[in-house]
Amino acid sequence: MEVTSAALAVLAVALAWPVPLWLGRASWPSRSPAAALLLWQAIALAGGLSMIGALLTFGLAPYGDDLIGAGLALLATGFDAPVFFWHVIAACGAVFLGGHLLLNLALTVWRSEVQRRRHAQLVRLLSSPLPDNPGARLLDTPAPVAYCLPGPLTSVTVFSAGLVSLLSGDELQAVIEHEKAHVTQRHDIVLIAFRAWNASLPWFPIASRAERAVGRLVEMLADDQARRVVVPAVLGRAIVLVGATDAPEARPDWGRLTNDDLRARVIRLDRDAPLTRSATALVAAAAVALVLVPTVLILGPGVAGLL
Amino acid sequence: MASLGELERAIMDLLWSSDTALSAYDLQERLAADESRKQLAATTVLTVLSRLENKGFVARERSSRPHRYSAAATREEHMAELMHDVLGSASNRTAVLERFIGQVSPEEADALRRLLAG
Repeated sequence: MEVTSAALAVLAVALAWPVPLWLGRASWPSRSPAAALLLWQAIALAGGLSMIGALLTFGLAPYGDDLIGAGLALLATGFDAPVFFWHVIAACGAVFLGGHLLLNLALTVWRSEVQRRRHAQLVRLLSSPLPDNPGARLLDTPAPVAYCLPGPLTSVTVFSAGLVSLLSGDELQAVIEHEKAHVTQRHDIVLIAFRAWNASLPWFPIASRAERAVGRLVEMLADDQARRVVVPAVLGRAIVLVGATDAPEARPDWGRLTNDDLRARVIRLDRDAPLTRSATALVAAAAVALVLVPTVLILGPGVAGLL
Repeated sequence: MASLGELERAIMDLLWSSDTALSAYDLQERLAADESRKQLAATTVLTVLSRLENKGFVARERSSRPHRYSAAATREEHMAELMHDVLGSASNRTAVLERFIGQVSPEEADALRRLLAG
């Protein structure tokens, strides 16, 4: 199992550093945000699997030649086999890391649920439903904001009076379509997973980069949905007006748009053609392979042994 | 039939716009003045009030009989809390982004102007 462990460790290091760095810098994700989002999820999942798998296979190596066999032997014999210090450390590390990641996920989900409920209650008290749009509510405040408030059963899209007065009719339509896409495609679930990942590894700069990249990609996905309904120029203006909340009363100067994410979202509307179908398929295949490789490395020999 | 959420909102609106604390019967009376709403039972109003009290939106004066209720904070204070949720997270994002912000190249600025003028 030492060879398996080493292979998993190499994979874990690759997925923790060079691969996400490359993906974060690549320019193609803005051309196919859905494929890139899939790849980010595969990298996070495969990275966690291979890290925990590397530690676990190394830790249990004294008990057998494959993970399942070693686990069964450990249960059958107790701690009888001659065990070395580093194996114990590795096995404990695997349990600690796995527990830490799962606990943080649960904690992040719980915290944001508490916050979401409080926020939803405030929205219920302070906004009125839009007559022609049952899932949308109008907030009586001059700040131009629009966002979706996801919920377990029903999601609410919130618009402010300030936004409605700032945007033209078709710009508002663009914002509505954009927020609707967040709701129907359940972007909140992807975002919370990456927020949890970042929260559990605060010393790990790649995790915060990943969270930011994923946040940017779901905005682009929602933009693509809005683009089906309004022309790019209208959508671009809506993006800038909603995003530039520092100067809500003035129409901002487009050339001096300094917010990196907003700029990227607007520019891609004009410049980027979507990836070809075969390129998208290639990315999807890579994502599937990324998750399969550590899974097979960890469980494959054991399952083969059982059969 | 208005949902519980809409009833909560109607009661809070009445409490926010009232200068004095109101009893459940005052509220029932004022809610009945709204023609579109059907007559509410006093117990319904009391139920909603105790829900709002549990959530910290309503304060109850127990010294008088019947108990009188008032808003725990102004509408503006709650709106500020809500806006802090929304814009607070956005400005955190901005703080994170600032390190990555680059200048817009002339070519990009042209592309932006062309697109947004269209």
